[in-house]
Amino acid sequence: MSIRERLSGNEAVAYAMRQINPDVFAAFPITPSTEIPQYFAQYVANGQVDTEYVTVESEHSSMSTCIGASAAGCRAVTATSSAGLAFMYEVLYVAASSRLPITLACVNRTLTGPININNDHSDSMGARDSGWIQIYAENNQEAYDNYLQAMRISETPDVRLPIMVCQDGFITSHAVENILLEEDAAVKAFVGEYHPEHALMGRDHPLAVGPYDNSPYCMEHKVQQAEAMKNAKRAILDVAADFEKTFGRKYGFFEEYRMEDAEVALVLIGSTAGTAKACIDSLRNQGIKAGLVKVRVFRPFPFEEIAAALSHVKAVAVMDKSEGYSAAGGPLFAEVRSACYDLPNPPKMIDVVYGLAGRDCAVQDVERVYRYLLKIVETGEVGPRYIHMGQRSAREEVLGNGL
Amino acid sequence: MAYNHKVELSKPERFAPGQRLCAGCGAGIACRAIMRALDEGDKAVVCNATGCLEVSSFTYPCTSWEDSYIHAAFENAPAVCGGVEAAYNVLRRKGQLDETYKFICIGGDGGTYDIGFQSLSGAMERGHDMVYFCYDNEAYMNTGIQRSSSTPRFANATTTPVGSVSTGKKQDKKDLTAIMAAHHIPYVAQTTFLGNFKDLHEKAHRAIYTPGPAFVNVMAPCPRGWQYPAELLPQICKMAVETCVWPLYEVVEGRWILNYVPKKKLPVEEFLKLQGRFKHCFKPGNEWTIESAQKYVDEKWEQLQERCASN
Repeated sequence: MSIRERLSGNEAVAYAMRQINPDVFAAFPITPSTEIPQYFAQYVANGQVDTEYVTVESEHSSMSTCIGASAAGCRAVTATSSAGLAFMYEVLYVAASSRLPITLACVNRTLTGPININNDHSDSMGARDSGWIQIYAENNQEAYDNYLQAMRISETPDVRLPIMVCQDGFITSHAVENILLEEDAAVKAFVGEYHPEHALMGRDHPLAVGPYDNSPYCMEHKVQQAEAMKNAKRAILDVAADFEKTFGRKYGFFEEYRMEDAEVALVLIGSTAGTAKACIDSLRNQGIKAGLVKVRVFRPFPFEEIAAALSHVKAVAVMDKSEGYSAAGGPLFAEVRSACYDLPNPPKMIDVVYGLAGRDCAVQDVERVYRYLLKIVETGEVGPRYIHMGQRSAREEVLGNGL
Repeated sequence: MAYNHKVELSKPERFAPGQRLCAGCGAGIACRAIMRALDEGDKAVVCNATGCLEVSSFTYPCTSWEDSYIHAAFENAPAVCGGVEAAYNVLRRKGQLDETYKFICIGGDGGTYDIGFQSLSGAMERGHDMVYFCYDNEAYMNTGIQRSSSTPRFANATTTPVGSVSTGKKQDKKDLTAIMAAHHIPYVAQTTFLGNFKDLHEKAHRAIYTPGPAFVNVMAPCPRGWQYPAELLPQICKMAVETCVWPLYEVVEGRWILNYVPKKKLPVEEFLKLQGRFKHCFKPGNEWTIESAQKYVDEKWEQLQERCASN
């Protein structure tokens, strides 16, 4: 039986961690993920978990501690945000290339420069090429459910890659929402135990991890890693299917909201999906065929599947909650636009960079984007492909007020 | 049991031959001695910082390590080691591991004094049951003899070169052993390769078998960086100790213990003159560098004696 509760996103993830009872938790605080290690510290203090709780002196050391613990055959977890994730950057690659299934709860916050504690996706987007699986949540329920699925995905033998479970800082991490929790025993049964074939200790043979890997071998290892990321696609769907069978909630690579007959659609990640859904419902009442693709899995990127979902749409706005400084759009735009390249009639597509460093995005903002797409459909003119929304500017915003 | 060099050397090697370190390199000698200090039958996990030792001893698909080994990066070996030790504790607690393991962390002075210093300090403060061995060759040798905070004053390094207006490095060597003692961990020691290796062996053994964190600083000369013929290695180590440039001492539960007092403390030239990196100190007009080096060694030696006497 599911349990009805009210929890913040951070508490939901900490609750999932307690239920899973990981072997090692390496903890270092950073806003807005700090609550996760705090909640967990109380579980440790109350004797509710067996976990070795290692209070390291930096995020670089928290990931390094996870690397040591995971190589030793343990389930190792940590949580971080923003500069903390950036500080881990070097060792994120080490974790992935050493094929260590570490789970990182990433509470998305903008990267410093200038310092700002609010939400956007620049932290995890900066790590998108590090070899980690990345799964994003719209709300607290999804943050909890994604966390319950994470270890089974990353520990799948032909995957063995670390996984980042992302949620939006403050918007999701600190807002208290209704949530369905699962019983401890059911969670433990679903997640299962982890006993890898090879480990530094307790096996018949010693293990050597992290060689100097010269050019005669290193490319093979990188290609194996790339194959593992492809395999993760199947693992993600397998685990989601079992999750649905066990707990009744359905997940995939992305969620399609009112996409069956959509003529204009948004593609975005995270909590803005809730805002977009409210907007879509209102537009649909006015006879406007609006839809949404909410990306849940960004790494591996569901290339063909996204293209199929958008194949019948006339105009698409990809909404990037991070600025890639490519002078040509954000990282989500680059992927989605590329995915649609092979479609016989690709939709017209623009990139709207929004919500940077916590800039609010309300229903009327999303509506402006849909109205702009309708104009593109009507005139056939795309205009600028890469625009920003919601900033103060001496010039009028490309989107106008839209209404 | 009293130390017996013959017996110790007859033990199976845990740091196997075939590694690619230079002839006359101190790092490999240090590793063999450290691994000999493990009691036969005891298992270990070695955590290694990036450096000469790592790239020379574990080049895929070959490894010199008979024990489990992990390398992750230059600056994080103590945090990785702490993770392995944490794993050990939880696996033991859950009844999923029966054997006893010892945790040995090894890094050069770059990975220890400098880029890995935060990680080292953190791991020692947290009290992981592990030993950190620094093989101190007093510069970034793996990248080509750049100065580190362990490089002594006046040494010629590629980022502190001797030139018409330069006499080498301007700063004194960081006193890392004392800094580690200030962490108030159960065991800290300083040693090098001498005679029958008794000093290094006993310190390594004590460090490994002392519960809690321990730190051992091993002076491990580098023939490329220090510029000496390989066969001079034992003489250089001996002179480092006889001149009191590198005194042998331990800090056991906060008690400072001097392990060796030279009968006649030799002038610092006896250490410097064996090494090409100090060649310029002996040029006419540079006499002051040797005087200055002698003054520094005398002061540090005095301080150390006072510390050890005040226990």
